[in-house]
Amino acid sequence: MGGLLTEVFIASLLFGAVTVGIPLLLAGLGEQISEKSGVLNIGIEGMMLMGAYGGFVAAYYTESFWFGFLAGGFLGMAVAFLMVLFCVLLSMNQIVIGIALTIGAEGLTALLHHFQFSRTYPRMPEVPTLDIPGLQNIPVIGPAFFERHPLVYLSILLVVFVAWIFRRTQIGLNLQAAGDKPAALDAAGVNVKLTRACAVLTTGFLAGIGGAFMANVGAGLFVPHMTHGAGFIGIVLAMLARGKPLWVLLGAALFGSSLALTTALQVAGLNIPTDVVQMLPFAMVIVVLILFARHSYLPPALGLPYHRGER
Amino acid sequence: MIFSTARVLVPIIMALVVGGLILFALGKDPFAYYEYVVQRGLLSWSGFQQTLIRSAPLLLIASGLIVAFRAGIWNLGVDGQFLLAAVASAALAPVLIVALPSWLTIIICCGVSIAVAMAWSVVPAFLKTRYGLNEIITTLMMTFLGISFANVLVKLPFNDPDNTVPQTMTLPVTDRLGRLFDTTIHSGIIISLVAVFAVHFVMTRTAFGLKLQIVGSNPRAAKHAGLNVGRLTFATFAISAGLVGLGGAVEILGVWGTMRADWNPAYGLLVIPLVFLARFHGIAVIGFTLLFAILMIGGESASRRMGVPNFYVLVLVALLLIFLALVEYLDHLSHKRKKA
Repeated sequence: MGGLLTEVFIASLLFGAVTVGIPLLLAGLGEQISEKSGVLNIGIEGMMLMGAYGGFVAAYYTESFWFGFLAGGFLGMAVAFLMVLFCVLLSMNQIVIGIALTIGAEGLTALLHHFQFSRTYPRMPEVPTLDIPGLQNIPVIGPAFFERHPLVYLSILLVVFVAWIFRRTQIGLNLQAAGDKPAALDAAGVNVKLTRACAVLTTGFLAGIGGAFMANVGAGLFVPHMTHGAGFIGIVLAMLARGKPLWVLLGAALFGSSLALTTALQVAGLNIPTDVVQMLPFAMVIVVLILFARHSYLPPALGLPYHRGER
Repeated sequence: MIFSTARVLVPIIMALVVGGLILFALGKDPFAYYEYVVQRGLLSWSGFQQTLIRSAPLLLIASGLIVAFRAGIWNLGVDGQFLLAAVASAALAPVLIVALPSWLTIIICCGVSIAVAMAWSVVPAFLKTRYGLNEIITTLMMTFLGISFANVLVKLPFNDPDNTVPQTMTLPVTDRLGRLFDTTIHSGIIISLVAVFAVHFVMTRTAFGLKLQIVGSNPRAAKHAGLNVGRLTFATFAISAGLVGLGGAVEILGVWGTMRADWNPAYGLLVIPLVFLARFHGIAVIGFTLLFAILMIGGESASRRMGVPNFYVLVLVALLLIFLALVEYLDHLSHKRKKA
């Protein structure tokens, strides 16, 4: 118990927080893009899971992490395509389809895993890292932040990029309008459905990469149902971030640390059931929601399909 | 009438066909699989009893979802409510049975389970009424929390030290819910049928049910009509969770007698398409639940016998939901054409 605040403990906590935080960040950013455009993407859990499975299989057989992330992204996008087809183009119920995609991905990935690997769980080799010279030698912080796979740096840069898109570009304005007042966007001559379709596909791509990161870097292997609600936490992050990507980053860091506490506590030699620690992030979500719910913001047209000429 | 039959049958058939194609792609014979499922889930006497036993918790969950969905509330937190209620019964029953007759034990356990599940729905209800926060997310979060919490409870305070596997103490078979006639079917199926009929009656024939439906179809109109939307929302959550909790109690008191750690049948999301297929109709849901129970029980045998893991049922459920939404959409389209 005395060793709780040692260097080793903090180092493993930070390292783990980044590892589990990145998928949450990607999911949260992706969901934010969907929600901004007016699509409540409940299927994001399924997109992550599909990305996790596809990303793992691709990386395992090609022995390339990059190829794995790309494959994960495209598989997430494939699930997102179904969401686009049913919810954006055909205006079907976003919640029903979202649940269906999540359940379907759970079943399908578990089935495929069973037929592919039977009951074995092959592992990925060690993650290659891009070390940042100078910074990597800082004790505690160095290994956690500056000796990571390049995707970690890219994901954090993505926060800035998405913030720039939202604030400074026409695309950002279009997205915002599609969620706030789709009719106005339509009147301005921009295709609402196309805007939303692109947003959802982007979400799928990011969620898929997040899932692949979870499998390949986080766990090093694929286990059925492994996302365990990470996609849903992504939805909460997007909801509380009120359309601001930087808040998604902060939220992902917070929830990432609480998830990482499991392994860190075990490193510190504290033996509590993993279930106790698995409760932490969700308990945290509930507490955060109770405290800050009044500050959460969702676009007015969220979840409503757009029909031209209907009021 | 023909139309509504088609609207129900088409999604089921489509899901079975597309699911069959997936099986075929995985190198399994879909016809053999389905035949085996029907054989083991419906046509064999022991399988049929299993099917009816499985229907009890599914029906109670379905009735809970009908209340919520009719009132326009997405209670997706079923699994957490179900498991915590199950823990309550599993922990309480073996202790109470020492001092009390079994009928009283069962009544008390059911009551406590219902209360526990209700308590687990208070936070989402509060967040929805107070801040208008979407209950989909909050109930999902509560369910993940509840699943882990149930495990903690089984492993730590309620763990039976005499057992090597982490589980609660066991209620003797003779003290569980009574069996029907000479079968292995426990009386939980009667409880669940009564609950389904009661829910259907309340939702369609009483003022209270009508109020809930008004809140469900248009909360703003309900407010203008002078209904206390907040209180009705709390009531909806409580009734819905309570029925789900009763399902958890029945499953423990009727089938298992104990609760093992990491036991999570995850019925919650599986029941949703049944409720949609029945269009929130209490009586219709009984038929679909039976069909689904056949699929589950037969599928469990098939997973051992034919090497198709039970995850396949998840794929079928997802396909069912998608085709259901698709048929609804096409129906809506043809109505619009007729009007135009």
